[in-house]
Formats: sequence, C-alpha cells, structure tokens
Amino acid sequence: MTDTQTTKVDQTVVKAEARNAQLQMLNEFWHYFSANKGAVIGLVIVGIMVFVAAFAPWLAPHDAGHQYRDAFLMPPVWETGGSWKFILGTDAVGRDMLSRLIHGSRFSLFIGVIVVSISLTGGIIIGLVAGYFRGWVDGIIMRVMDIILAFPSLLMALVLVAILGPGLVNAMIAIAIVLQPHFARLTRAAVMSEANREYVTSAKVAGAGHMRLMFKTILPNCLAPLIVQATLSFSTAILDAAALGFLGMGAQPPTPEWGTMLAEAREFVLRAWWVVTFPGIAILVTVLAINLVGDGLRDALDPKLKRS
Amino acid sequence: MFKFIISKLAMIVPTFFGITIVAFGFVRVLPGDPILALAGERGVKPERYQELLVQFGFDKPIWEQYFTYLVNLFQGDFGTSIATKRPVLDEFLTLFPATIELALCAIIFAVLLGIPAGIISAVKRGSWFDQTTMGIALAGYSMPIFWWGLLLIIFFSGTLGWTPVSGRISLLYYFPQVTGFMLIDSFLSGQQGAFKSAFMHLILPTIVLGTIPLAVIARQTRSAMLEVLGEDYVRTARAKGLGQMQVIGVHALRNALIPVITTIGLQVGVLLAGAILTETIFSWPGIGKWMVDSIFRRDYPSVQGGLVLIALIVMVVNLTVDVLYGFINPRIRHQ
Repeated sequence: MTDTQTTKVDQTVVKAEARNAQLQMLNEFWHYFSANKGAVIGLVIVGIMVFVAAFAPWLAPHDAGHQYRDAFLMPPVWETGGSWKFILGTDAVGRDMLSRLIHGSRFSLFIGVIVVSISLTGGIIIGLVAGYFRGWVDGIIMRVMDIILAFPSLLMALVLVAILGPGLVNAMIAIAIVLQPHFARLTRAAVMSEANREYVTSAKVAGAGHMRLMFKTILPNCLAPLIVQATLSFSTAILDAAALGFLGMGAQPPTPEWGTMLAEAREFVLRAWWVVTFPGIAILVTVLAINLVGDGLRDALDPKLKRS
Repeated sequence: MFKFIISKLAMIVPTFFGITIVAFGFVRVLPGDPILALAGERGVKPERYQELLVQFGFDKPIWEQYFTYLVNLFQGDFGTSIATKRPVLDEFLTLFPATIELALCAIIFAVLLGIPAGIISAVKRGSWFDQTTMGIALAGYSMPIFWWGLLLIIFFSGTLGWTPVSGRISLLYYFPQVTGFMLIDSFLSGQQGAFKSAFMHLILPTIVLGTIPLAVIARQTRSAMLEVLGEDYVRTARAKGLGQMQVIGVHALRNALIPVITTIGLQVGVLLAGAILTETIFSWPGIGKWMVDSIFRRDYPSVQGGLVLIALIVMVVNLTVDVLYGFINPRIRHQ
C-alpha cells in the first residue's frame, strides 16, 4: 500500500520536473533566438503572413478572380490615374492586384507546408533506415540520393512536372522529391553519429526493437539540424514553386499564385511596372522572412552550425 | 593522392549509371505511348508506327533497349532532336558556349564582389558595413531571380534605356563563330561596336545569374574568415608584428579560402538551374532555354540527351572540386 503511494508521489514529482525542464529548454531557446534581431523580425513577418493567409477572404477588398471591365491596367493609388478602389492597381484583365496578392499568400504557405511535410517525412524515414542499418541498404539508398542531387534542382523538377503534367499539385510533388535527399543525408549523418552512443546501446540492451530504437530513441536527438533544414527548405519550396509557375509549369492561370501572376505580367513589363513589381516583392519578403527565422533557429538550436 | 582520386572516381560510376537509367526511364514513364510521345503532336500512320517501333527498338525487351541506349551513349549518340532533326549532342554543343560564357561571367562577378565583401564584413564585424552587407546578402539569397531580371529590365532597359532587353548581340552584327564566346568572337571580328554590343547584352543576365552565388559566397567568406581570425596562428602572426594587410591577406585569407572554393564549386548546379530562368527571361540562346523549349515542344530526345549531358557536367565539376579540395587541403592530401 505504501509502496504504490510513494510511486504515485514520485510520478507527480517526476512529471513536474519534466515540465520544468521543458519550460527551461524553451526559455533557453527563446533567449538565443531573440538575441538575433533579424530572426524576431522574420518571425513577426511570418506571423503576419499566416494571419493574412488565414483571413484572406475577409481581408481582400475584392474577389481575386473578378474582372473589372472598366479598369484594365489601372496604376496604384499614388500614381496619376490611380484610384482608392484598387490600392495596388489592376492587372491586364482588370483584376485587383491587392486582392490577388492576399489570396496568393495562401498558395505560397500551403506549398511550403505540403512540400516540407512530404520531403521531411520521406527524408527522415529513408535517412533513418540508411543510417541505422548501414551496409548495402545504405549504399543503395545513398547512391539513389546522389543521382537525384546530380541534376540541378529546378531542371529535375521541370522534368518531373513534364512527366506528371503541369499543375500546382504535381509541382509540389516534384519539388518535394527534389528536396528530399537533403533531409535523407542529414538524418543519416545524425543517426550515424548517435547510433554508437551509450544511451542507444543501453536501450538496445534493455530490449528495444528496431522501430523503437530508430523512432523513439535516436530520432528525437537528431531533430535540431532537421528543423533548421526544414525552415530553409520551406523558402526553397516557395521559390521553386514560383519559378515553375513563372515557367508555366506550376499553378495554372487564373490561380493567383505569385509566380503564375508574374508569368502573366511578363508582356506588360515595360508598360505597367506594378503588375510585375508587387508579386515579386511578395515572394521576396516571404522568403526573406523565412530565411531570417531559419538563421535564428540555427543559432538557437545548433551552436555548432552557428554562422557568425 | 592517387588513391584519393580513384576512390572519388569509383563513387561516381554508379551515379553515372543511375543518371542514364533516369534519362532512359524518362521517355518510358511519360503518360501514353513512347513512340507517339517521340513523334510529337503530329502523330504517325499505323505502318510508320510499326517501322518506328522496330527502328527505336521498342519491340525488344526492356533490358536490351537499355543496353543499346548505353552503347549508343558511349559512342556519342545522344539521340536525334525531333524539332530540328539534328543530333542532340550537336545541338547541345552549339548552344553550350553561350551558357558557359554567361555562367563564367556570373561566377566572376560573384567572386570579385563576394570575397572582398565577405572579408571586410568579417574584419569589421558588427559595423554598419557588416550589417548592411549581410542584410543585402540574405536578400540576394532569398531573391526570386526571374523577378529580379524583370525588375532590372524595367529599370535599365525601360526607364534608362542603357541595356538591351534580350539576346546576345545586336542583329546589326554578323560574324562567323570562332570560339562560341560572343565577347571573344566579337572582339576578333574587328567590327566597330560589336564588342560593346556583346558586352552590353551580357551585363544584366550576368547580374541576375550571379546574384545568388554572390550572396552565398559573401556569407561563406565572412564566416570562414571569422573562424580563421580567431585561430592561434593568426594571433601569432599579429604578435610577430606583421601589418594588418599581411595578417589578413596572407595568413588568414589563404586558410579561409579553402571552404570558399568548395562553395564556389558547388554553385555550378545552382548556376545551371539559374540559367534555366535567366536564359528564358533574356532570350539567351543557351542550354537552359533550350531545355525549357524542348520540354514545351515535347522534344523528348532533346530533353533526354540534355538531362544526361547536364548531369554529367555537374558530376565532373563536383568531382574536380573534390579533388582540388583534397589538393589544397593538406589534411586530406596526407590521409
């Protein structure tokens, strides 16, 4: 009777301790992260982006697809001929630029999330298997990764889209396949450096199976570099998807994806600067903000990789 | 050292075969019939279809087809373009100098600006110069270069009228191709203004293609310099009473450049991917634009051949960088 009571008490203490330790880790993380001013600015911008994307239909002044037949290529409000109705002007078929940009944020964030989820999951599983089992499994997997990496990423993505057919979903799959080897390599390297540590051996001795060893024992200790890489891949995914859209192989018109908007705007380069400028700024700011966060994460999570 | 090179070579052999499998498989996994895909949009008559089936060897088992494909590759036969009816290798080699010229100019631009910027940033760490440069570098690294190209066209070609919008040289000039490099050929032709025209055509594409490598090199140089500046031998050099220039230029820079050279080598893949976008924007007649056009024209033999050739180039360059790295880094050389 008393025994069970002690264990109960112990467990609450242990749980409280664990929570404290977690809080402390979080505090420490925030301490390092917030020391990097750029990273905090990046985080704020990303927060705003997420807000805009979430509430796009309510924030956008017009419907993203509605064509105002009386307002083709209308300049932004501060230029002569501009109007408050279309703050950032209209495109060649009279659609409101600002509304399209606001809706476009949904696509970019969606692309980033999906691509990173696919490539991260795939890369972790492949990398874990390669690094854990070694031998010929490792050899074959790593050679396949080498082959994917031998092609310039955008070219590989283009060819994959040519096979799968143009469109946003296929573009995302293609980019995920191209980005995946980076995660696989990183996971493998981390697993190989962890696999011989004492805590892994002791778990093995305690009778843990392969699955438990791979996913519960080793993986949590390899996460830091993966999180950093995931952030950087997020921005690469947005850039590549925009590039594919620009080349006509990504999201198809009239989707208000930023790269696709740029492709449609190309012929008006010398006549209407705003249809070209704003989608590009949107891509640049988003990607820059995410990269800033990535730099901050690296400083906070992975002192070994510290840049400056 | 010899062993080192051999081991590196042994690593790329399976990769090479993998690349050929990818290119070989590419046409076969396309949705639909490979012959209809190869024949393009016009289609073929049934009797011609049978002929083509035998001609391309599609009637044979798949492993035999792959073997024939490999044998052809080793004999320099990369297929025949549907669009031009010329051998793919010829097409590639005609257009390749344009891409090389652009890529070389871009990397020179990136190195000439990036390394000094990185060095100054590291030496004056925390100064306004450092912060501004690194801010710009991060923006450059995040740049959608296809948009960057359009912006430069709007400003320099549109508003200021300084540079041409597209192509390699003004149509006013015509001279035979000697080296394939427009700058050299135009100079050799001796025609008035030809060199200037070629140069002006190169400026914007060079900046666009060089932007990301420039950002990467500047960041890498800075962090490599910072690491080296804290080393004992730099402190020793300072303690000996050497001047700032000598300490930074000789003792620190030489060691800091080792990782930077690897970074420069790794930019080749980035440059080729960037060339796809840059050449499309500026209608630059190189392999990047050719690949995109071939994909759109469904000229699959060209895409297939181009894939193998481009991957080969990337692989050879990476190998060279690896070997060079071993050569300049004593720790690897003496292993």
